[in-house]
Amino acid sequence: MKRAVILNRRSWTLWMGLILLALVPVFTSLTGQSFYLDLVNRLMILAIAALSLNLILGHGGMISFGHAAYLGIGAYCVGIPAYYDVYSGWVHFPLAIGVSALFALLTGAICLRTTGVYFIMITMAFAQMMFFALVSIETYGGDDGLVIESRSAFDPWLNLEDNLTLYYVTFASLAVCLYLMHRMVQSRFGMVIEGAKGNERRMQAIGFNTYRYRLTSYIMSGAMCGFAGALLGNFTNFISPEMMDWMRSGELIFMVVLGGVGSWFGPVLGTAAFILLEEWLSGITIYWQLLFGAILILTVLFNRGGPLRGANKTRNRHA
Amino acid sequence: MINWSLIVTQCLNGVQLGVLLFLLASGLTLIFGIMDFVNLAHGSLYMIGAFFCATFTELTGSFWLALVLSLPAVAAVGILVELVVVRPLYARDHLDHVLATFGLILCFDTLVQMLWGPQGMAIPLPTFLNGRVTIWPGISFPTYRLLIILIGLAVAAGLYGIVTHTRVGMRIRAGASNRTMVSALGVNIQSLYTLVFALGAVLAGLAGLMIAPITEASIGMGNEIIIVAFVVIIIGGIGSIKGAFIAALLVGLIDTMGRAFLDGLLKLVISAQNAETAAPALSAMLIYILMAAVLAFRPQGLFPAKGQ
Repeated sequence: MKRAVILNRRSWTLWMGLILLALVPVFTSLTGQSFYLDLVNRLMILAIAALSLNLILGHGGMISFGHAAYLGIGAYCVGIPAYYDVYSGWVHFPLAIGVSALFALLTGAICLRTTGVYFIMITMAFAQMMFFALVSIETYGGDDGLVIESRSAFDPWLNLEDNLTLYYVTFASLAVCLYLMHRMVQSRFGMVIEGAKGNERRMQAIGFNTYRYRLTSYIMSGAMCGFAGALLGNFTNFISPEMMDWMRSGELIFMVVLGGVGSWFGPVLGTAAFILLEEWLSGITIYWQLLFGAILILTVLFNRGGPLRGANKTRNRHA
Repeated sequence: MINWSLIVTQCLNGVQLGVLLFLLASGLTLIFGIMDFVNLAHGSLYMIGAFFCATFTELTGSFWLALVLSLPAVAAVGILVELVVVRPLYARDHLDHVLATFGLILCFDTLVQMLWGPQGMAIPLPTFLNGRVTIWPGISFPTYRLLIILIGLAVAAGLYGIVTHTRVGMRIRAGASNRTMVSALGVNIQSLYTLVFALGAVLAGLAGLMIAPITEASIGMGNEIIIVAFVVIIIGGIGSIKGAFIAALLVGLIDTMGRAFLDGLLKLVISAQNAETAAPALSAMLIYILMAAVLAFRPQGLFPAKGQ
């Protein structure tokens, strides 16, 4: 019963938020401030990435510190075809999802053999591997990155070249991802993932192959983040290895944590808080990262009751 | 015709990278093994060591004096960090460790930018270190790089001696295997933790200030190498100093040799043009592939620490 009540109040917040997001272009066109359209668009793309991370971090208790790699992979799946004059979104997006899923399968199969701090460091290392690999491929710009001449076109229906179209495509994607996440967490699959976070041994004892479930969720998370990356590549019209720097992964984790680990649309709120704080602070001083870092530290020091705690005792399991 | 001089030089370069990685990784692995604490900001201490050394060299005019002054300064920073940020977090889970130390990196990078400016700082070496020494007829190697290797090996030996043969080392080992028991026996575990953290900071700072005359001190210099140090301790087994040493040399050698010789080797198998494209990417990925391979067979690393 309690769950239903919370869901009702939550869904009311959610609907208000979505309506607000849908109306942003109206405000920006009235006031002529296209800057905010871009800001919110970027926010929504990163929110999809944070949602995907929350599936494994929040629901599955797997602290992936390499999720920015999927953003980068997704973006390169737009940029590299565009380099060969292939601008069709029908190529870009399936490619982004497919390659991300494949990367998640290959690395996840190894990462998930470990737990705790090993898992954190290994996901980080694999992301850094992609970073360095792309830095050293001169054909696609190497360190400097690559400009995407023209955005994905979904002939004959859509062309993301128009900022407003891209905005609403992002918006619709976010809504779909939210829905998918909701269904997934409520499903049997989601329950198994959460169960494995709470007590892996018990889940195994009642007959679930937790490794397989975890790997599946890891792949789904990677694929969704790769999709966000394809949007990001379109949005920035530019790709560079910097997109998958491990500091970006850290930022994604913060977005999830700020919004409440393991909650449904918390990652969206967390991303909003993160991006707006970043925007506000960087307007005040060029040394804003000092304040930002201090705020992050204080959040951790004084936020004791995160939902992940207690349920996720990774401590001492690594030995 | 095999170019022996090149092979020996690259081997030594690999060892030099290896000892630097060991200095970073040993601190990380000690801190993790004893406090169960994940310190992402370890690379910041590496950077701070380099900047302290640059400033002290400028002030005193002597690299050696700067070296001696920088190490206690880095230790002080380490102790401060331990007291203010790290200590409240020991009882929390790894996610909190990672997040807080991630915030620390942002703070340190910006602080360094405020204090030292956005440009890097070069550290001039004493003239006699700028030359090369002949280590074999026909094979010479930069004196300073050789010095790094020697200092690194000496520190490794010293660390081994401290951990295995002194009272403090005994406490450190005891703290790693059962901290509740150690504190019940009357050891002040809090000050032991601070000591270990400061030791880790000094080792990282030493690595940073030794590399700075070659690469210069720059903002964010620790953020890339720290991941490689993670790879080292994953391969070596988290918590094991012996593992860190062997893995650091392995990673240093493989990374350096890969970058130097992989395109030559690939050209034997595939066309020259393809080799030119593939070799840089493949050699950049080599140590991560090694890590994956080790994990596939030994998920706990090569030398897992016992007693945890």
